[in-house]
Amino acid sequence: MEIKKTAIAGTLESSDVQIMLSAGSNGFEFDLESDVAKQFGDQIKETITKVLKMYDVKNAKIKVVDKGALDLVIKARAIAAVQRALDIVDAPKWEVLK
Amino acid sequence: MKDQKERLRRTMMFVPGNNPAMVKDAGIFGADSIMFDLEDAVSITEKDAARYLVYEALRTIDYGDSELVVRINGLDTPYYKNDIKAMVKAGVDVIRLPKVESADMMKKLEKLVAEAEKEFGIEVGTTNLMAAIESAKGVINAYEIATSSDRMIGIALSAEDYTTDMKTHRYSDGQELLYARNVILHAARAAGIAAFDTVFTNMDDEEGFYRETELIHQLGFDGKSLVNPRQIEMVNKVYEPTKKEILNAQGVIAAIEEAKRRGSGVISMNGQMVDRPVVLRAERVMRLAAAANLVDEEGNYIEK
Repeated sequence: MEIKKTAIAGTLESSDVQIMLSAGSNGFEFDLESDVAKQFGDQIKETITKVLKMYDVKNAKIKVVDKGALDLVIKARAIAAVQRALDIVDAPKWEVLK
Repeated sequence: MKDQKERLRRTMMFVPGNNPAMVKDAGIFGADSIMFDLEDAVSITEKDAARYLVYEALRTIDYGDSELVVRINGLDTPYYKNDIKAMVKAGVDVIRLPKVESADMMKKLEKLVAEAEKEFGIEVGTTNLMAAIESAKGVINAYEIATSSDRMIGIALSAEDYTTDMKTHRYSDGQELLYARNVILHAARAAGIAAFDTVFTNMDDEEGFYRETELIHQLGFDGKSLVNPRQIEMVNKVYEPTKKEILNAQGVIAAIEEAKRRGSGVISMNGQMVDRPVVLRAERVMRLAAAANLVDEEGNYIEK
């Protein structure tokens, strides 16, 4: 699915993560900001990538500002961001929620 | 589902549903029930985000023995249908509907919950319900609300909206809530479900908090909704049975055992017959004592 609009989810508060998705044309292009990028950067990207794939998104620019979010928070924010970007907030894909 | 009717519900702690730090730590304070809020604590632009945050938390985090409750958005909002679906799918213990004024509102909720259970392959009837009563009309209809569904586990007074509806506000002596508290309590008891008192928001007024908690404990409420984890210990202290109450309850329970051993239907203690209300009260005292760590596994009193 194609990203319809730039969308953002999450805050810059401690334990949260802010994810901004916008249309791209070259796979997943990450811009990650995190104090723990060295240790957890790949894991953060993987969690977001998995969510995007569940929505059949193939191309996206993904700006991530991590404030020490747990994996479940990253996943929840990615789901909210992608549903906003795809304009399906009111009719979400329930099968994506495991 | 374990014995819903006799479950201890002294403390129901509000947790803002869109706050990851509070959502992840909600289990560490020992609340009997944790209530994740998708309603007033979440701004209109973040309703969807909060829903998925609470969903993922419920699916991932171990909240121990706490009963997990979610306050969804009201039936007059565009959000409640997706709230219901997400929370049913997450397997929450209880859905709490705000601003309930009639049994019909609970029946509408129940129907949507049952549909969601079917859609997600969950046994119909798994998800419990409770109602928050926040208006004069809700108080007047408290009993029909309390008995609106087999899924009902409790009703709660929500005093901020209620006092506004009554053209008053909250006073420190709580006179303005006496009628509502008694009606809600009677409706809950007649229906065999739990009664929860309203929140107390002034964290600087510790004396007032204890006064209110002692009052609702005396009236017979199961417990209280709370906005701050610090209040959990304070409520539990009020609900803690005394040594005398525990020793008496132990006596009653020993008398039951003795009667059982003798195959006698009549229970007596110190030469007096022990009837059913006394037994029920003793059992509740022992549950409260166990929850307050005042007795060991065998029910022996632990001196402090």
